[in-house]
Amino acid sequence: MTKAEIRQLALDILSSIAPETDPSALAGHEDIREALDIDSMDFLNFVIALHQRTEIEIPEADYPKLFTLNGVAAYLSQ
Amino acid sequence: MSDFLMPSLGADMERGKLVEWLVKPGSKVRKGDVIAIVETHKGAFEVDIFQEGVIADLCAVEGQEVPVGAVLARLAPSDKAPALGTLRAPANPVAAEKAPEVALAAPPSPEALSASGKPAKVAQKVSPMGPGSRAHAKVTPAARRRAAELGIDPYTLKGTGIDDSVTFADVERASASHVGPEAPAGPTRPGRGFDPLQMRQAIAAAMSRSKREIPHYYLTTTIDMGPSLSWLETFNTERLPDQRLLPATLFLKATALALREVPQLNGFWENGRFRPGSGIHIGWAVSLRGGGLIAPAVHDVDTMTLPELMIALRDLVARARGGGLRSSEMTNPSFTVTSLGERGADCVIGVIYPPQVATLGFGRISVRPWVTGGKVTARPIVVSSLSADHRASDGHAGGLFLAAVDRLLQEPLKL
Repeated sequence: MTKAEIRQLALDILSSIAPETDPSALAGHEDIREALDIDSMDFLNFVIALHQRTEIEIPEADYPKLFTLNGVAAYLSQ
Repeated sequence: MSDFLMPSLGADMERGKLVEWLVKPGSKVRKGDVIAIVETHKGAFEVDIFQEGVIADLCAVEGQEVPVGAVLARLAPSDKAPALGTLRAPANPVAAEKAPEVALAAPPSPEALSASGKPAKVAQKVSPMGPGSRAHAKVTPAARRRAAELGIDPYTLKGTGIDDSVTFADVERASASHVGPEAPAGPTRPGRGFDPLQMRQAIAAAMSRSKREIPHYYLTTTIDMGPSLSWLETFNTERLPDQRLLPATLFLKATALALREVPQLNGFWENGRFRPGSGIHIGWAVSLRGGGLIAPAVHDVDTMTLPELMIALRDLVARARGGGLRSSEMTNPSFTVTSLGERGADCVIGVIYPPQVATLGFGRISVRPWVTGGKVTARPIVVSSLSADHRASDGHAGGLFLAAVDRLLQEPLKL
């Protein structure tokens, strides 16, 4: 997957987790959790969905790398 | 023949609007089946039935406002079902609580934990209700409303929401593909199942009553989360994301086991006396992004394993936020837990949700200096805070309870 595809995937997942927000307005470096008011349950659902759609293993220790869209794109395109 | 009544989905509910019937006369129903969608000022709820039988008659029409306790449907015993007594519909929280043996959903089966571990498996407890039933397709209330506006049947759409539920966005997309790209864009901040204004009023009513009637006392204890978190880290390392646990599950289970030890905190203050809860059904406070909060029950928390609890919690939070809470989850929590999560404040001093007699809060887990064996070390700690009704218990009982929660969290293996 390209970084752009990953970014779109992340945005799609975020809009289903937080439907009343507008993730497409997120800046790449912004903390997703702060910007969209994502709690730990939402974040876990985000990780679960990323894992299920990309089949990439995401250890818990790597969660902090997924706090921004840039981070998600970098991590999952490795 | 027995009557199924409009349930009370909170101390402040007087009436509910019957939005949709999911059964018709002749439908066979089983305990736990969702038979209708009812909307209150707190949003839309799935009304589940507590008895097996055949729907004989629907006594309310879709769109009708029905007072709490009024007859919604009549139920005839099914041919093969053993003759049961009078249907114990939750006409009010008291009745619901007094009929717990029929009101409770079973804990998820072990199979539910295998494979993907998705919370959808928990939802599948809701049995199919025969041909024409649409109960297993999940449609969020906002999506249902928007679909009605657009004249689309939301049950024909493919859901992309949590657990494949059909969301507002799915309906919008379907609408756009029907009428072409020229269609005006939908609102960017669609409403949810909860009307913020009415939710505010519901909270105002319940919290005012609490502060007016309940003489609260407050106790806090700071707990070392080191043992729990290291156990959790090991547990999660070996598992895929959908099988991992959050600290919230440990908080809930420790609370439930501590309530077994101090049962005078688990129940209700009614008519000038304490009535113990019939099981440990813990209301889990879920904050809603649009504002407001709701605390539906996880049933029989003390009997669940941590993975079962995690599945139940994920399912409950998804339904609290997306719509689809069941009436049994609103009628009978006997205690409430608030966990502020990783971005919250250090400590919360909660307000008791009447007629419950206590609520426990957990602040954010943060690393702080901690003295152990005469040395200062950095440990992850959490402040637990109990608010309890002084009419029902005294500070001594509250102290024992917090000590039990602390002790239980030091031995996560036993949770």
